Amino acid sequence: MRKAVALLLGASVLIPLALASHAPQAGARPQQEPAGGDQGGGEVVRGTLRYETETGEDAFAEGVDITVESADGEEIDTVTSDEDGAWEVPLPGPGRYTVTIDPDTLPEGVSLQDEDRTTLTFEMSAGRARAVLFALTAGFGGREVATGFERFVRLSVQGIRFGLVLGMAAIGLSLIFGTTGLVNFAHGELVTYGAILAFIFNVTIGWPMLVAAPIAIALATLTGSAVDRGFWRPLRNRGTGLIAMMVISIGVGLLVRYIFLFQFTGFPRGYREFTEQRSWDIGPLRIVPRDFWTIVISLVVLLGVALFIQRNRMGKAMRAVSDNRDLAESSGIDVDRVINFVWAAGAGLAAFGGILHGLSQEVTWQMGFQLLLLMFAGVVLGGLGSAYGALVGSLVVGVAVEVSTLWIPSEFKTVVALSILVAILLVRPQGILGQPERVG
Amino acid sequence: MDWGTILDNSISQMLRPLTAVFALAAIGLNVHFGYTGLLNFGQVAFMAVGGYGVAISVLEFGVPLWVGVLIGIGAAVALAALLGVPTLRLRADYLAIVTIAAGEIVRLTIMAPTFRDTTGGSDGLSGYNDDYTELNPFNRGNYGIGFLKFNAPATWNIVVGWTLVLLAVLLVWLLMRSPWGRVLKAIREDEDAVRALGKNVFAYKMQSLILGGVIGAFGGMYLVIQQGSVIPGNFTPAQTFYAYVALILGGTARIWGPVVGSMILWALIVFTEEVLSELVANGYISSSLMSTNQVSQVRLMLVGLGLVLLMIFRPQGIFGDRNELMLDER
Repeated sequence: MRKAVALLLGASVLIPLALASHAPQAGARPQQEPAGGDQGGGEVVRGTLRYETETGEDAFAEGVDITVESADGEEIDTVTSDEDGAWEVPLPGPGRYTVTIDPDTLPEGVSLQDEDRTTLTFEMSAGRARAVLFALTAGFGGREVATGFERFVRLSVQGIRFGLVLGMAAIGLSLIFGTTGLVNFAHGELVTYGAILAFIFNVTIGWPMLVAAPIAIALATLTGSAVDRGFWRPLRNRGTGLIAMMVISIGVGLLVRYIFLFQFTGFPRGYREFTEQRSWDIGPLRIVPRDFWTIVISLVVLLGVALFIQRNRMGKAMRAVSDNRDLAESSGIDVDRVINFVWAAGAGLAAFGGILHGLSQEVTWQMGFQLLLLMFAGVVLGGLGSAYGALVGSLVVGVAVEVSTLWIPSEFKTVVALSILVAILLVRPQGILGQPERVG
Repeated sequence: MDWGTILDNSISQMLRPLTAVFALAAIGLNVHFGYTGLLNFGQVAFMAVGGYGVAISVLEFGVPLWVGVLIGIGAAVALAALLGVPTLRLRADYLAIVTIAAGEIVRLTIMAPTFRDTTGGSDGLSGYNDDYTELNPFNRGNYGIGFLKFNAPATWNIVVGWTLVLLAVLLVWLLMRSPWGRVLKAIREDEDAVRALGKNVFAYKMQSLILGGVIGAFGGMYLVIQQGSVIPGNFTPAQTFYAYVALILGGTARIWGPVVGSMILWALIVFTEEVLSELVANGYISSSLMSTNQVSQVRLMLVGLGLVLLMIFRPQGIFGDRNELMLDER
């Protein structure tokens, strides 16, 4: 057992992260390069005021007043953006600062996307440079560029993208529960793991994304298998209870998450490719090519998974073990092998989801944990233990979460997901596709 | 390396308010997890609604602090009902899923710019604890023996905190030797058997969730009141797991387990943190490996690792009784 723990720590976490230890220096460059020598090694905050004109071209806001204050309200400096929309303020040291933009000095017709967010707060660590960006839009009164219908269509498509990615990540969660009964609270870390691996290959080493992503997914698959073989299987074999295992999984999640924070740092960082893209306009729909391809790729992958579960022998065995473990075992299915396969495939899919999510958002150390909460909502909604349930539920959650921003502020996205979760537990606890069972 | 100071700080940490806060949170978890077998992964949500309940009601409604405390309790009861009603009839994992989500959502809601005027957003709130500081009976000066000396406000904090802990311990002790407590333990062992005896398992679980939640909320209220200011960062999801480690370290389903566990945990945390900081500062650990502000991240890794190792190798903790922990069913 001791060996198993050492193996978990050693094999799955430390080796890949030893690679990552170079990530903060090399990978940080695009957004937070080490402050230049002329600042005397001090900290710098800078930003570029960029917006998209109505014709879809990039433009920069010149002559905008930006004020930087320290946390106790002391003004550091007020600067004006240059013709490239760039501004820069050297800071006296690390700590918490606020940046305030003066909306009255913005060019004609340009406004903040969120007019209430004129002040942004950020944390400065020693010896770094940080970028602070204000979201600007050009249009009539800013917010109302799109009609209600257009926004609905766009958000729905965003929701489908998000739901597919969520579903991909959640299949493993649901199948691991189905085959072993364990709710794996460290599943989100598999998502982050894949995203960070791809980041290392793509940004730190510099391989193209199309090479980096498959290798990251393959590595994550191997890791998933190793984690099951070296850690969870011995625990199952010694008869550790499910509740104890859930507590263990949450401990593993905490440990791994803070290893990520330690190695990857707390700054969100994007991949090297596919970042700046011109969006396509198709009727009422506006979509970035990256997001379009994310949807296509996820659909293909998920279709493959469905075919596999339906047709392949291993897929059938997976369903059999989920349905009734003892019966499956007595009819000659090697349950341990099935579970190991589920772990491997689940980890690979989670990593895939993490990479796709990292492409459209950014890679952060706790992206997986944040997604996990939404995955739970999706998985419970669809029915714990079923792969299709995870998919259907995640799609519903993804669309609901995105479309809800039409009426409520976007910071309450997760609240929407939890409300769905609570409502479904009250009405139909087994989920949309789950088997009803007597509970309580 | 100044071992004397490090040891002094580690030992005095055992008495400091933060230790009492997590003792309270862990006592609440003990009621949930230790006695009833409820898997609450969002104890921090109870702490947060308690703490912010006090701060907001004093600042917004202008009520005296004790009314704020009552509101904090009410908020914790309401949260327990909200989380319990949909999940307590179901398998244990559903409560775990809903509570872990609730823990994060309460924090995100508090941080939301929409409610900035009420909750202070990420800047937090302050200036609500005048009633508490006025009550301080200690005059200026230092109190204590040897190196365990605290100034007057700190002494007042310690006295209040540990009085709360003792009251909570007494309450749990009395309840758990009552028939009510025996039903809880029976639910933990075999829910169906209890149901067969005609007990309303759902109601008992709900009462347990509320009781443990309110004790946790007292932890949050005490944290917020003695601190004099509160930010959402006080209530990160990781806080729940400090409480879990404290509980399991000391001994699950033991009256003094969470209290002793919290003291040992915080002494260990301060000890490792100060040793690591010294090692980094004096160059024994090269700065390319780790900087001083990464020390607190190492602390959280150790909390996670500790939780894993304890659950695998010594689930009964230091003083626990393995027979009390037959959570292996279901």
